[in-house]
Amino acid sequence: MNWRAILAIYKFEMARTGRTLGQSIVSPVISTVLYFVVFGSAIGSRITEVDGVSYGSFIVPGLIMLSVLTQSIANASFGIYFPRFVGTIYEILSAPVSFLEIVIGYVGAAATKSLIVGTIILATAGFFVPLNVAHPVWMAFFLVLTAITFSLFGFIIGIWADNFEKLQIIPLLVITPLVFLGGSFYSISMLPPFWQTVSLFNPVVYLISGFRWSFYEIADVSLGVSLGMITFFLAACMTLVWWIFRTGYQLKS
Amino acid sequence: MRPIISVQDLTKTYEGGFTALKNINLDIHEGEIFGLLGPNGAGKTTLISIICGIVNPGEGSVTVDGFDIIRNYRETRARIGLVPQELTTDAFETVWHTVSFTRGLFGKPSNPAHIEKVLKALSLWDKKDSKIVTLSGGMKRRVLIAKALSHEPEILFLDEPTAGVDVELREDMWNVVRELRSSGVTIILTTHYIEEAEQMADRIGVINNGEIIVVEEKKELMRKLGIKQLTLDLQTALKKVPPALKKHNLELTGDGMHLVYTYDTMAERTGITALLNDVGKAGIKFKDIHTRQSSLQDIFVTLVKRSS
Repeated sequence: MNWRAILAIYKFEMARTGRTLGQSIVSPVISTVLYFVVFGSAIGSRITEVDGVSYGSFIVPGLIMLSVLTQSIANASFGIYFPRFVGTIYEILSAPVSFLEIVIGYVGAAATKSLIVGTIILATAGFFVPLNVAHPVWMAFFLVLTAITFSLFGFIIGIWADNFEKLQIIPLLVITPLVFLGGSFYSISMLPPFWQTVSLFNPVVYLISGFRWSFYEIADVSLGVSLGMITFFLAACMTLVWWIFRTGYQLKS
Repeated sequence: MRPIISVQDLTKTYEGGFTALKNINLDIHEGEIFGLLGPNGAGKTTLISIICGIVNPGEGSVTVDGFDIIRNYRETRARIGLVPQELTTDAFETVWHTVSFTRGLFGKPSNPAHIEKVLKALSLWDKKDSKIVTLSGGMKRRVLIAKALSHEPEILFLDEPTAGVDVELREDMWNVVRELRSSGVTIILTTHYIEEAEQMADRIGVINNGEIIVVEEKKELMRKLGIKQLTLDLQTALKKVPPALKKHNLELTGDGMHLVYTYDTMAERTGITALLNDVGKAGIKFKDIHTRQSSLQDIFVTLVKRSS
């Protein structure tokens, strides 16, 4: 393994976060605070409890997942798309690095950034609502796995996109609706039976359900199913990335 | 001299069906400066990009220092530094960081002394903390060269390195290239300034329409394909070439004041003595005489026209 190359890419990407601190860290935190105010305080005052947990506390895992998912995708897609856009990708392609090392560097940095955001939001949530993490190891596990998986997905989007519109279209038109409809702000059991069934086709439901279980031991689907789904999605993303580098899709003509 | 790069039967056809390279066979010798010349779209950049790993090869094989560029890509790429044609830089990075980043990417341990040496050699030291976006085009070009040299490559590809660089900086750049060559680095150079290739290269390869037309020692190429012309500046204008001088195939310029004799430098006899004798016998008086040898540019243009 070319560890120095991995570190070089990782540090390069993390340095970009430092230069765009407002966009990378402050913006998602402010958005989440607004969610707490609107959903937690305004709406939460009319919904007392969900499955025995106060509504404000109930939405915390969903809000963290919302930010981690969107930030992972945004960071990783931009991280690889920008060198393609400006042409500096030649340097990565002509360096003695394997596809795995490139992915570890870019995806590792994107996942780190979204984990930082997730941790800050968790800490921020503590100022608004009482928090109880029943299974902190599982919580960290879900968070890391989600950050890696969706950073990989973002990496794929960054390679697939050949303009800035395409870079935005999947996060805006697919990911955001899936996250909002994935039980971030409600329990699936609150929906009519038909929509409960429809929701089970949404992969985000399994992420939020498992993550929420690590906090309050309440879940829409079993822990095993949640883990299975996220592992499946991770494997699918890894396979796709492997294929991209093997064929040179959008990278090498 | 052993080949450090060996290209065998390389053909590249892009997805759209355009064949950029047609059965290329080429050896680059260790320690030489190889000038790869060709008109726009001839296939120079495609060939370089394949060797460096940026473009997928089609049929054929390429080895670098005996290693296959696909199977042993780590070994081959670690030996190569590339200065691309386009000014592609990370606009918001500083010069120091971007050059150090490249060194890390190539798996080399941090070596600030080497980076300092490279930046000083390219007159970039006082700009080391400047963001690249603030630099001029010529400075950016030198940043790309510094990046390519950051990992101490054994082979350096310079794809149009002096485009947009002013004369003084260009000379600095060539001094760096000469130093690299004397330290054993093999240099492959493409340039639109053919006089630079004439000045710098040991061997010349000409590529046109994806095919290598000629690969030859520069001196040999110029000797074989170069022509020499002797011009007589006449005292009085002639209306036509006198019949007594017909056998010399002279050309008379439009104003009738110059007789031009073209001769083969490789021939055993150039025919100059006989010409001058015949000119004297014909009673033609001239006030000056001078010769001109064709440049690499003339040879290049002739070769490309011939192959097109």
